[in-house]
Amino acid sequence: MGEIVFVGLGLHDEMGISLRGLKELETADSVFMELYTSLMPEFSVKNFQKISGKKLHMILRQELEEESGETVLKAAETGKAVLLVPGDPLIATTHVALRIHAEKLGVRTRIVHGASILSAVIGLSGLHNYKFGKSVTIPLASGVSSETPYEVIAQNRRLGLHTLCLLDIDVTENRYLKIREGLKLLLQIEEKRKENIVTMDTLVVGVARAGSNNPQVKASFLRDLLRCDFGGPPHSIIFPGKLHFMEAEALIAFADAPENLREASE
Amino acid sequence: MPKFKQTADILGLMGKKEDIRNIGIIAHIDHGKTTMTDSLLAEAGLLSPKIAGEARALDYLEEEQKRGITIKTANISLLHEMEDRPYVINLIDTPGHVDFTGKVTRALRAIDGAVVVVDAVEEVMVQTETVTRQALEERVKPVLFINKVDRLIKELRLNPNEIQNKLVRIVRDFNNLIDIYGEPEFKEKWKVDPAKETVAFGSALHKWGFTLSMAQKKGIKFSDIIDAYKKGEYQKLPELLPLHSAILDMAVKNLPNPIEAQRYRIMKVWKGEMDSEIGKAMLNCDDNGPTVMCITLAQMDPHAGLVATGRLFSGLMEEGCRVYLVNASKGYRVQQVSMYMGAFREVVGKIAAGNIAAVLGLDLARAGETIIDVEHKDAMYPFERIKYVSEPVVTIAVEPKHPRELPRLVDAMNRLSIEDPNLVTTVNKETGEYLLSGMGELHLEIAVKFLRDYGGGIDITTSRPIVVYRESVPGEGVVAMAKSPNKHSRFWIQVEPLQEKIIKMIEKGDIAEEMGRKRIGTILYKEAKWPTQEARNVWALDEHRNMIIDLTKGVQYLREAREMILAGFRWACQSGPLCEEPMRGLKIKLLDVKLHEDPVHRGPAQIMPAVRRAILGSFLTADPVILEPIYKIGLSVSAQWVGESSSVITRKRGRIISSQQRGALTNVTGYIPVAETFGLSAEMRSATSGHAFWQCTFDHWEKAPENVAAEVIKQIRERRGLSPDIPSPKKFIDEA
Ligand SMILES: Nc1nc2c(ncn2[C@@H]2O[C@H](COP(=O)(O)OP(=O)(O)OP(=O)(O)O)[C@@H](O)[C@H]2O)c(=O)[nH]1
Ligand SMILES: [Mg+2]
Repeated sequence: MGEIVFVGLGLHDEMGISLRGLKELETADSVFMELYTSLMPEFSVKNFQKISGKKLHMILRQELEEESGETVLKAAETGKAVLLVPGDPLIATTHVALRIHAEKLGVRTRIVHGASILSAVIGLSGLHNYKFGKSVTIPLASGVSSETPYEVIAQNRRLGLHTLCLLDIDVTENRYLKIREGLKLLLQIEEKRKENIVTMDTLVVGVARAGSNNPQVKASFLRDLLRCDFGGPPHSIIFPGKLHFMEAEALIAFADAPENLREASE
Repeated sequence: MPKFKQTADILGLMGKKEDIRNIGIIAHIDHGKTTMTDSLLAEAGLLSPKIAGEARALDYLEEEQKRGITIKTANISLLHEMEDRPYVINLIDTPGHVDFTGKVTRALRAIDGAVVVVDAVEEVMVQTETVTRQALEERVKPVLFINKVDRLIKELRLNPNEIQNKLVRIVRDFNNLIDIYGEPEFKEKWKVDPAKETVAFGSALHKWGFTLSMAQKKGIKFSDIIDAYKKGEYQKLPELLPLHSAILDMAVKNLPNPIEAQRYRIMKVWKGEMDSEIGKAMLNCDDNGPTVMCITLAQMDPHAGLVATGRLFSGLMEEGCRVYLVNASKGYRVQQVSMYMGAFREVVGKIAAGNIAAVLGLDLARAGETIIDVEHKDAMYPFERIKYVSEPVVTIAVEPKHPRELPRLVDAMNRLSIEDPNLVTTVNKETGEYLLSGMGELHLEIAVKFLRDYGGGIDITTSRPIVVYRESVPGEGVVAMAKSPNKHSRFWIQVEPLQEKIIKMIEKGDIAEEMGRKRIGTILYKEAKWPTQEARNVWALDEHRNMIIDLTKGVQYLREAREMILAGFRWACQSGPLCEEPMRGLKIKLLDVKLHEDPVHRGPAQIMPAVRRAILGSFLTADPVILEPIYKIGLSVSAQWVGESSSVITRKRGRIISSQQRGALTNVTGYIPVAETFGLSAEMRSATSGHAFWQCTFDHWEKAPENVAAEVIKQIRERRGLSPDIPSPKKFIDEA
């Protein structure tokens, strides 16, 4: 019996993988890569093949989900299969299903971590990781829009916690949700629910291209962020809860937040 | 031109509701509706009296003139004077051939009374029964015209006594239908009686007709008519006993005006609150109420665009007024309002409540649509979807000879599906399959002719007709669990058969999705004795009489997943696992659901396939069956051929249910699987030397015998390019 090693590709481009991850590739019998769970806009498959010296088998959502990762499992029956996943392989994805399935079939699994969008965005914002509540993704609008993100923000806010909102992508159609669009979707829900959770005066932090050489971070009131151009993807949004004074300091220093934020912190 | 003068006269009268009658002419095929209607038209000054009856002015489609049958319904407004008082008659001629019964159903919504025409020779036939039943179900009051009496005299040479016996039998049989199908509060009042002037006799071809009181008044006895024929002087009869007076007097005297009719018909055709502003306005047929119209016919006019015809139940329909289509959820400005004159529409500025009118400029209007004054759009409960008695059960594939004409074929198919709600068109770009499903061979044959015309004369090749089947279950399946593709959401579903009683209620419109959960719940609890929990939680019904019920408790995010679950339900019901035919009559119970926390990991791509798989999985464990469509066949044949023709039916897996002697002819009624009727003509002809006449109407679905079902599944799977084996439930059911 072989094994499956989940290797995180880290963020943004082919430089995000760890040395440990690269080492694993050297001894791999087959290498699979999925690029549907996250946007890695600058990732070049060609370059990566050069760096790793391995031929990559690109894998579709359908193969991993509907066919329960059969191709990967098959390869793992006799040898060592590596599955390359954007970010940290088991964060913000549903690959744990494959891992459980593999172990049930007697295929060993290991993880080589990569930088995750979650820690990158939080780090860039300067907010304290300890003070985040549940995170949530705002889906691309399709028919009825989900009110879950709105509810999650409300729940966290009640406890004074921050909310990290990831923004949905659709790799096959090359669409991604921008910060402005995400905010507008939330405003639409506010319009309906009228619970004063997401308004023009709500403090919001927008983060773009976390993990790249030119990330962008901007904290301000929602009305200002609607006018802000964040450039290329990926985008995410933070709804801060209660601010520790160090957090306010960081937002002013790194996210161009209004000076009077200091007074609002504790 | 008298026509225009008449239009003006009619318009003036359209506001006087006591003097309006909305009536339809309905009958078995060939019993003489169109011939009779033409004769009425002649008197309205639209046709010269000489050509009425020969030209069949209302059969203005080329195809109808050629075949001598009516395919569409035709609308016409005309003026009739009785005792020096003018009346407006809004008249609809309907097709008699069973393949077009859907159109009769639609017409019935617009009218308050019907002249049922019965051929004196053939007497009450299957289709007479069908259309009368439909009329009664819509609370349309019937009167009877016994036509072709000339044939009794000239061809059958019956003596006065025999004639009388035959006429009495027809009246009795007809009243029998009212007894069977009429509602208790109407049936006694609505039974027809020659003494009460609710029955007329005559010959549409020779343009004479009379009611008993009319004949008495003029001092004419039946023997005088027989004499006229004997002496070859029957041409004088129209002057003595003009057909139009007989029919229209009878209609005016016995059929209700819109004010009377709307008082008891609204609650039958509309399920909204009678006490509401809209309800009251309709009950009173109030010109000052909000504009409310029910569309009964949608047609594409190459020049004018979509023409929507319907009955205005309240308010005014005026050029330029703002209206709203409830089903399409779209607002419009009315471009033009017109009334009907045979093949022509006369533009009029406005039309008052209680009339039948045509409206231009509503491109999304379809038969069954509700038009409402924009101001009241939120308060409007739509008219129930018009329920068709028949379902399309035969399909052919069509293809243009020259591939470049494909876009024109697709356009023509779109247009035809707008105009003919009984026709289902399927365009599958992936497989390149273009399908027409209809009521029978004739229906499809004519649909193809229309496609040719609408496509500007394109050449179309057609496949052999194939039968449409359904997949269903006789009993309960296991509780099946299926996971979403990412394995992070789970659905527990159990499938069982919906009771026949409930299916009937859905078919009759007594249970409809638009009634809302509460009302459906009350009905299921009271009428079907369902446990409250099940009755109260019906989520949706689909077109194939499947129902999904939510029996989950406290599932987080279920509200957000609901639409996607329903989409999965509809998808599953559209094509079953046996051979991808639609599933029918299922009660689908959603027992439990577990969802992923994050909305992007529980989107439609995750939920729909999981729900579908759980349904198919449970379905496959319930010993599924194939349902085949069964025609009711009505056959009329002279006594010596009864044995031969009956055995043709039984040889084809059919069964005879009754056989009645009617004069020289015997009417045989039976059931026969639709699949066995291709080629029936040839066999029947050779068995009876061409002496049998029959019609087939779709009647019900029936479990196909096992060997037949196996063959059907095999053939369909092959046709669809599926693997020969029915998938095992394991393919759809996941382990925890
Ligand atoms: N002898 C005789 N023939 C008639 C009479 N009325 C109609 N016919 C004939 O019966 C045939 C059918 O008449 P239509 O008026 O087309 O019958 P229909 O009921 O409109 O037929 P569909 O619309 O196709 O159902 C025609 O050939 C008519 O000429 C009648 O009073 N006497
Ligand atoms: Mg006709």
